[in-house]
Amino acid sequence: MNYNKLVDNVIKRILLLFAAISVITTIAIVFSLLGETVSFFKEVSIVEFFTDTRWTPLLEPKHFGILPLICGTLLITAGASLISIPIGLASAVFLSEYAGNRTRKILKPVLEILAGIPTIVYGYFALVTITPILQRLIPQTNIFNAASASIAVGIMTIPMVASLSEDAMKAVPNALRHGAFAIGSTKFEVVTKIVIPSALSSILASFILAISRAIGETMIVALAAGSTPKLTLNPLESIQTITGYIVQVSMGDTPRGSIESRTIFAAGMVLFMMTLLMNIISMLIVKKFRRVYD
Amino acid sequence: MSINTTNMKSRKLKSQIFYAIILICTLTTIAVLAALLISVFSKSIGWLNWNFLSSLPSRFPAKSGIKAGILGTLWVIGLTAIISFPLGIGAAIYLEEYSKKGWLKELIQINISNLAGVPSIIYGMLGLAVFVRQWGFGRSILSGALTMTILILPVLIVAAQEAIRSVPSSMRHGSYALGATQWQTITGVVLPYASSGILTGTILAIARAIGETAPMIMVGAAAFISFVPGGIMDSFTTIPLQIYSWTGKPQAEFQNVAAAGIVVLLAVLLLINSIAIILRNKYQDRVKS
Amino acid sequence: MSLKMKINHLNLHYGDFHALKDVNIDITENAVTALIGPSGCGKSTFIRTLNRMNDLIDNVTITGEISLEGIDIKKCDVIELRKRVGMVFQKPNPFPMSIYENVIYGPKIHGAKDKKVLDAIVEKSLRGAALWEEVKDRLHKPALGLSGGQQQRLCIARVLAVEPEVLLMDEPTSALDPASTLKIEDLMEQLKKEYTVVIVTHNMQQAGRISDFTSFFLNGEIIESDKTENIFYKPRDKRTEDYITGRFG
Ligand SMILES: Nc1ncnc2c1ncn2[C@@H]1O[C@H](COP(=O)(O)OP(=O)(O)O)[C@@H](O)[C@H]1O
Ligand SMILES: [Mg+2]
Repeated sequence: MNYNKLVDNVIKRILLLFAAISVITTIAIVFSLLGETVSFFKEVSIVEFFTDTRWTPLLEPKHFGILPLICGTLLITAGASLISIPIGLASAVFLSEYAGNRTRKILKPVLEILAGIPTIVYGYFALVTITPILQRLIPQTNIFNAASASIAVGIMTIPMVASLSEDAMKAVPNALRHGAFAIGSTKFEVVTKIVIPSALSSILASFILAISRAIGETMIVALAAGSTPKLTLNPLESIQTITGYIVQVSMGDTPRGSIESRTIFAAGMVLFMMTLLMNIISMLIVKKFRRVYD
Repeated sequence: MSINTTNMKSRKLKSQIFYAIILICTLTTIAVLAALLISVFSKSIGWLNWNFLSSLPSRFPAKSGIKAGILGTLWVIGLTAIISFPLGIGAAIYLEEYSKKGWLKELIQINISNLAGVPSIIYGMLGLAVFVRQWGFGRSILSGALTMTILILPVLIVAAQEAIRSVPSSMRHGSYALGATQWQTITGVVLPYASSGILTGTILAIARAIGETAPMIMVGAAAFISFVPGGIMDSFTTIPLQIYSWTGKPQAEFQNVAAAGIVVLLAVLLLINSIAIILRNKYQDRVKS
Repeated sequence: MSLKMKINHLNLHYGDFHALKDVNIDITENAVTALIGPSGCGKSTFIRTLNRMNDLIDNVTITGEISLEGIDIKKCDVIELRKRVGMVFQKPNPFPMSIYENVIYGPKIHGAKDKKVLDAIVEKSLRGAALWEEVKDRLHKPALGLSGGQQQRLCIARVLAVEPEVLLMDEPTSALDPASTLKIEDLMEQLKKEYTVVIVTHNMQQAGRISDFTSFFLNGEIIESDKTENIFYKPRDKRTEDYITGRFG
């Protein structure tokens, strides 16, 4: 009996350790980024980092202004959101409010497949299919451009918006829809004035999740967006995102301990902060707007 | 009457236009998936053959193969599964069966959901800083697998938690009533009941790892590997990494090689997902009966 | 007293299941018509056909004729029909918005925009539902914060706000406490001055207290329709008598 109790206790401690790995991971991420970032800022002033408008750590004269990379990241994110949010939400509305059982049976797997396709495949699709189409439509499009990558990132994040929003709309009680129909609402009015507002917090959270994914998306932009850090809003030009830069440096052979190799940790830190911010916003939204149906 | 109904026509028109827009958007999604698959499969025709599957990388498109990638992926994913499986289930057991409600559980749970939102490339940087450099594992399969483990652990824990939560508490009580300890109850009752659910979740998490590219670039998997790995300290490449390198090459023919690589990758994922679905169906059948 | 709605040879099937069998009723204007009968006999199904809420359910087939002021409701525009024939449900279903927004939801979709007009509608409707005094100081608070009885009266106000001609109520008090039930029963007396009311209840005392006409449903058929006092004191059918006297149901 005592022996059994002992085993139980020991096992409990070991399992606690396993569960603690998640906390350790977070700490390790912060410290591993922080270590090199601190070394980086010993050589580059933090003011230059956030105000210089050029990012050329691999070329002489070196400039360490992160703004062009942030600009590139935001350009991709904005473009992707323009696709994923409306199409994702529309698909969610269709699935939750219009589709019959048979249609759902076709549509759900389509979304699941889209969600399961690795991002490298979307990168290939951007470069090999989307870019040539864009070039035919608008001839001055660069072979590497923000638009093509944005479209691919947008497509990749459609399923996220669609399935989370659909779940949220399905959770809206039918009684509310009937209440609205019973005083003469059209379907459009029921969807836009009752269903979507009732599910708003989760719908917004799904948008934030898609945005956060777009910020951190790497392979699509590494393949299709180019490697020219630039402060531009023109989606037809070649640009570079934070993630794209990190990959570029990692594929080359930059000597360890050099300032060039430290730049990726400083850039990574900025990326981590941006996604962390998104996570926090999403949590706040869910908390603030949480509605409980009885 | 203060309310007129003269707006009826325009309201109904609006409703119909809305439906049309919704329908078009939804159909777009389907069309895009079709375009993607057609683009990949049509380019891979003629390139996906036994030669491709059994050759190492080459400077010449026609001689390039994905053997090193397949084996590298097998090594990394196999090792990832071996490491992450016990860790993930253990953590889930702790959270569901042992931990009491309180700040510790809350902290861990918030951490897990936060980690799920961290971009995969950041995990790659962690792997680079810790496993490759600090622990001195270098650009090895082991570094790759440890990085993948950290990456999929949050997903795996959540999936295992859900499976464990689905075990009715009456089953636990039955076991306690016989004088079993908590650990005996977990191994004797909870885990067997939750096993197929756990397995399904684990397999899906691992399927996600197979497609991951960015973290492997960070830990220094090389795209061009001209030998087959023989142990966990060897350097390696993976299927997605080879696809990346082929897609980025200037010669147009390499795009066909990349397409062939993608077909292989999708086939592997399809296979794994089918296994998960079959397991899930079995599991649901049993829960129902 | 004139005829508001007329139901002729109404049959309804859910798939193969014959839920309403040759139902014929007249609904009198400015009166309360009660529908009584044991659970599962088709009362809800019937009342839903009156403003075509059954259109929302798959696999329903309806034959026969329902007319509103002599016009077949099948030929009416469904949106317009539901504006004229509003419905209150068994469980209160306030929208997750403020009390004020709940009431103006209907008028707004039907085209009212002016703030003054909307304010007036809110007060009139809430007074009409005997809720004004209780909520006039917190109109912009969430409707879900109201008690169950208040929520149900809000749902009545929400329907009154679109100025319907007929008010359908499907067991509006069955989820409420006795005090709230009493309030809503008192309300009926007022409502029938302006509206035609059809109410489902399986509480016989309630039917007796508030209605002018009563129809007794059993297994999808109407057994008997008459003035309420006749149904209660001089039932012609043995089954009605058994039900009224509580011998089954
Ligand atoms: N949507 C539906 N699909 C199939 N059968 C239904 C549906 N709604 C109700 N029924 C059936 O129709 C009969 C009448 O139901 P209902 O009108 O709700 O009865 P009541 O309101 O008198 O209790 C019941 O047998 C019920 O099971
Ligand atoms: Mg009913």
